[in-house]
Amino acid sequence: MYTFGIDIGSTTSKCVVMKDGTQIVGTSLLVGGIGTKSPAEAVRQALENAGVTREELAGVAATGYGRNRYEDADYHVSELSCHGLGAHHTFPGVRTIIDIGGQDAKVISLDSEGRMQNFLMNDKCAAGTGRFLDVMANILVIPVGELADYCARAKEPAQISSTCTVFAESEVISQLANGVEMEDLVAGICSSVAGRVASLAKRINIVPEVCMSGGVAQNAGVRNALSEKIGHPILFSPNAQLFGAIGAALYAWEKKQ
Amino acid sequence: MAEEVKKQRPPLDPNSAKARLGKIAAEAYSSAQEAKARGEMVGWCSSNFPVEIPETLGLAVVYPENQAAGIAARGAGERMCEISEADGYSNDICAYARISLAYAKVKSAPEQDMPQPDFLLCCNNICNCMIKWYENLSKDLNIPMIMIDIPFNPDYEVSDAELAYVRDQFWAAIHQLEELTGKKWSEEKYKEVMEISGRTSRAWLAATACARYEPSPFNGFDLLNHMAVMVTARGKLEAAEAMEKLLSEYEENHEKGVSTFRTEEKYRIMFEGIACWPWLRVTSTGLKSRGINMVTTIYADAFGFIYEDFDDMCRAYCKVPNAINLEYARDKRVKLAKDNKVEGLLVHTNRSCKLWSGFMYEMSRQIGEECNIPVASFDGDQADPRNFSEAQYDTRVQGLMEIMEARK
Ligand code: SF4
Repeated sequence: MYTFGIDIGSTTSKCVVMKDGTQIVGTSLLVGGIGTKSPAEAVRQALENAGVTREELAGVAATGYGRNRYEDADYHVSELSCHGLGAHHTFPGVRTIIDIGGQDAKVISLDSEGRMQNFLMNDKCAAGTGRFLDVMANILVIPVGELADYCARAKEPAQISSTCTVFAESEVISQLANGVEMEDLVAGICSSVAGRVASLAKRINIVPEVCMSGGVAQNAGVRNALSEKIGHPILFSPNAQLFGAIGAALYAWEKKQ
Repeated sequence: MAEEVKKQRPPLDPNSAKARLGKIAAEAYSSAQEAKARGEMVGWCSSNFPVEIPETLGLAVVYPENQAAGIAARGAGERMCEISEADGYSNDICAYARISLAYAKVKSAPEQDMPQPDFLLCCNNICNCMIKWYENLSKDLNIPMIMIDIPFNPDYEVSDAELAYVRDQFWAAIHQLEELTGKKWSEEKYKEVMEISGRTSRAWLAATACARYEPSPFNGFDLLNHMAVMVTARGKLEAAEAMEKLLSEYEENHEKGVSTFRTEEKYRIMFEGIACWPWLRVTSTGLKSRGINMVTTIYADAFGFIYEDFDDMCRAYCKVPNAINLEYARDKRVKLAKDNKVEGLLVHTNRSCKLWSGFMYEMSRQIGEECNIPVASFDGDQADPRNFSEAQYDTRVQGLMEIMEARK
């Protein structure tokens, strides 16, 4: 039986086709989230990638900020549950998930069976989210995907003290003008995101194993800084950005069982 | 999302508790307006000021916090906030204060008008922002401000020293008002007010305690509306009678197996914080469409003022929710959560109310642990619509529901 999960976020659209709730047979990931053409294109690509037609799908679940506007779904599930399911599928021993997405950060705690027990999300401020990194990468004229490489070469991370994205932006600009190394600045930026999220995570009882999900999980700079700040190793999968969609496909499969 | 069951609602029976309570809340404004027209002095009064004092003296007072809530619920929060912000008030200041200061300046808001004040009654047992807000009103309008200082209490009990400090201030306030308005304090009248206020409070506590029934005979959002009467009119006979009617209706609902929560009650939660007035419909629909009934809130407990004599009354005002320590405040909520069998806690991180929202971070964690229930919080504001995101709210409520669902 094939099930389908679509995760429509604020900045990206992700889809996963699953067979029998165990095997991932098709995926897609497109830039452009809610309100763009990307969700439809992501669906098309994932189906093509899996060699499966829409008619063959036994169940479809939508998650992410755009979930309620996606009409072609049997279920609309919060990204909290979906990230939990997706992470548990990938790392069966995981108990704490730290998800940093485009516009929010969340910490989800699971019980030993992978059921969500509790969660915490960032407050209304965008600091500590993917958007913060986007803005910073933009002013440094570095592709977001390369932030981690810069981090790895840093000698002494710069101190970014402003929480506010706008103020942090001018702080970065003035440090740049003062001759602070680009690498050190990037490390400082990653560490500032990690610091915000670590304090959120510490409010929930962090039980290992810990993993990261969402787009920012790809960034080893943030991951390492976060791991250091929370005092636990952080598991990482190249599929981290797809956890929401995997979870949605699993949800649809469970429901259809 | 579960489909909302639409039922035809019968027209409101004028004898129903809802109609009577609505009328009392509206009369709180119209009677003050009439008093003003008769040339009497009218006061603006903070919500947890001992209302027994103006009531016994026969003084007309209105409540800026209530007015601000009404203005915000009718969509004018932002317009009013912008007026005071343009005057230099920071948008970090409580939105009730910003709206009230704006109203004192422009003197008109069709969403909820009220007479301009001749004196101010301020009590800081809810927060200290109140003091500066009223001081500024007093200065801008050049009118006297009568202040009762009730400090935050780190202990469980009200000490004799605190009682003496507060009691003397109550008397000082009474004497100031006598002098200012020419009205006289009467012990006999006070006893009557105390009895009525006790009657109203007992009925309110009993009505809100009907949430222990499963399903609850009422939608918890009702309490947010009826509370206005508890704030402004609990010393009035009509209020006591209307609250008793409310209690009998809830009991009757329970017997008949009906509820003012007009859809299947699948989950029961406690709501923490002041309502998000500008987004009341969005916040209530987000719950109701998922079968989540907010069965209880600290308000259920907060406005039950029951006391035997003057000293006891002083103690009651020292024990209002924002004046008590975290552990005591937590215990009250844990009791409500357990008595009413709630399955989750939804916390409004209200950007206006620093004190309340500030200690909720830790308190909600402790409540969640002690009651073994999931906790979700969302950002919002009681009166400034700019501090709320519908998508954020929806995700958090859905996450909370999914945990409650998985636990069933
Ligand atoms: S809402 Fe909070 S800050 Fe505003 S007046 Fe009330 S207690 Fe004070």
